[in-house]
Amino acid sequence: MSKTLNREGLLEAYRTMRTIREFEERVHTDFATGEIPGFVHLYAGEEASATGVCMHLKGKDCIASTHRGHGHCIAKGVDPIEMMAEIWGKSTGSCKGKGGSMHIADLSKGMLGANGIVGGGGPLICGTALASKMRGDKTVGICFFGDGASNQGTILEAMNLATVWSLPAVFVAENNGYAETTSSSWSVSCDNIADRASAFGMPGVIVDGFDFFAVYEAAGEAIKRAREGGGPTLVEVKVSRYYGHFEGDQQTYRADGEVKKLREEKDCLMQFRRHVTADGEISNADLDAIDSEVLALINESVVRAKADPKPEAADLLTDVYVSY
Amino acid sequence: MARKITYQQAINEALDQEMQRDPTVIIMGEDNAGGEGSPGEMDAWGGVLGVTKGLYHKHPGRVLDTPISESGFIGAAIGAACNGMRPVAELMFVDFMGVCFDQIFNQAAKFKYMFGGKAETPVVIRTMYGAGFRAAAQHSQCLYSLFTHVPGLKVVLPSNPYDAKGLLIQSIRDNDPVIFCENKILYTMEGDVPEESYVVPFGEAAVVREGDDVTIVAFGRMVSMAQEAADALQKSGIHCEIIDPRTTSPLDEETILESVEKTGRLVVVDESNPRCSMAGDIAGLVARKVFGSLKAPIEQVTAPHVPPPFSDVLEDLYVPNAAKVESAVTRVAEYT
Repeated sequence: MSKTLNREGLLEAYRTMRTIREFEERVHTDFATGEIPGFVHLYAGEEASATGVCMHLKGKDCIASTHRGHGHCIAKGVDPIEMMAEIWGKSTGSCKGKGGSMHIADLSKGMLGANGIVGGGGPLICGTALASKMRGDKTVGICFFGDGASNQGTILEAMNLATVWSLPAVFVAENNGYAETTSSSWSVSCDNIADRASAFGMPGVIVDGFDFFAVYEAAGEAIKRAREGGGPTLVEVKVSRYYGHFEGDQQTYRADGEVKKLREEKDCLMQFRRHVTADGEISNADLDAIDSEVLALINESVVRAKADPKPEAADLLTDVYVSY
Repeated sequence: MARKITYQQAINEALDQEMQRDPTVIIMGEDNAGGEGSPGEMDAWGGVLGVTKGLYHKHPGRVLDTPISESGFIGAAIGAACNGMRPVAELMFVDFMGVCFDQIFNQAAKFKYMFGGKAETPVVIRTMYGAGFRAAAQHSQCLYSLFTHVPGLKVVLPSNPYDAKGLLIQSIRDNDPVIFCENKILYTMEGDVPEESYVVPFGEAAVVREGDDVTIVAFGRMVSMAQEAADALQKSGIHCEIIDPRTTSPLDEETILESVEKTGRLVVVDESNPRCSMAGDIAGLVARKVFGSLKAPIEQVTAPHVPPPFSDVLEDLYVPNAAKVESAVTRVAEYT
């Protein structure tokens, strides 16, 4: 499988996944000290999904994300330094401290924003994909959404519209098993979210979200089809999150030892490392070097976020309109 | 017997007592119990901030978790209300009204009138509002003015634990759709609340404090801000009368107008954005009906006309506070 990516590509995939993991583990640690304001929803455990999809994207391609958006941001090229500053509420953040964790966005990178409204991104991606189609520039739009959002009208309407207009869009359902505390095995009326694809006239595929290569391959096929005018696809990524719905969630709804087992047996970084080093294409030392570089980057992001200035009082009233 | 409990406990107690009293009362919402279908514990959360915790086990089969489908389950609560039930649906954060507003304002709000008075829709939609949690623009808004704009909806804004219990019981017993707005910062506020069941009627403002110099009309959490300001102003000889309307629809106009006729000066304190707000509504009412009594221009203390910001320094500037109320009252009092 790794033959589809060259050495450079493999190292890039690993770096992206490791950056997301390190970023999230660090936010987890720092949130516990009480220094980070508001709510954070961590993506740790799901790195192969954002990375496996976004490796196929270019700058002008668009993604819409969720409240659990840090991983999508990093995978789409948003600067982790600016992201960390945003989470700390600093003026140097991606959104000048006005959005916070749940609203990190960078339109210059085709990242339409993490979203505080479950299912909010589906219709937006129909819009970006419509623009792509009308311009004929072969760009695509990816809607990341969760198992919770899979039951929202907006997502169902968006999938219908995407087929009706034959849009260059891909719907990526990240089924991490829980909408807050509620199991997707209860809240989703069919066995798989991907089963709904046929009702919307599009292909539906299911992939193991702990397996980077499975995600990479399925997403590649769907994105290629979208770019070539073949219309939308629904990709269901079966995965899990390592932390609670938000930080502070006691997770009493989960089984004892559930996360420990996943970390030990399924972890995407562990599997990736085992896979690429077995082929001999990449050495453990190569990956360890990336680990060190990523750790240094995340440390720097926190040092800078702590030292950076907060917004000025006058900033409260700016940015509401382009002109008024 | 009154004892001190929190605003959050008062809401939980009102739900519990009404569920005991009336078997048609049911509760539904996202994670109102929590853990449905999951391998761990049921009633894992009792709502995202734990307000409905414990009711799941006390009232088997009557606390329903829902998928994240606000249009679906808010509409279902409205439909059940048309068919003999008294549902209390939880719209977690009021900001999510954007997902399901059709069911609320085109459906529930219209049935009574549109069907020639023949329909009744005794549904309650409980929802959290307000800034202060660093939860940013999509989880911090004060949207009660939007609900108040719509005929057919009753809109309730309890400012303390006593009113939270009594107003919620009244909401459940009321035969119209009620939007019950809970300020999330107030959940930990303690106050005297009787153990027994009681109602606080709609459309009756509370005169929280009497005074002859300036009338302050304040909503929800802003009542506490007004009290803090009034305490400080008292020391400089300015005596405020504070009115808490408690419901914005129906609105107790008489109590507000009588107070302004006495004081001749008005400050309205409203956490929402200023345009087309309760602050503007009350100012318009007073200017229209008791213009001759006014001795000073009306002042409004509101959030600015921007979305709620994330960063703590900006959010603290965004939310009205006692100091802002104090300076507005002082300006009005000193106006000649």
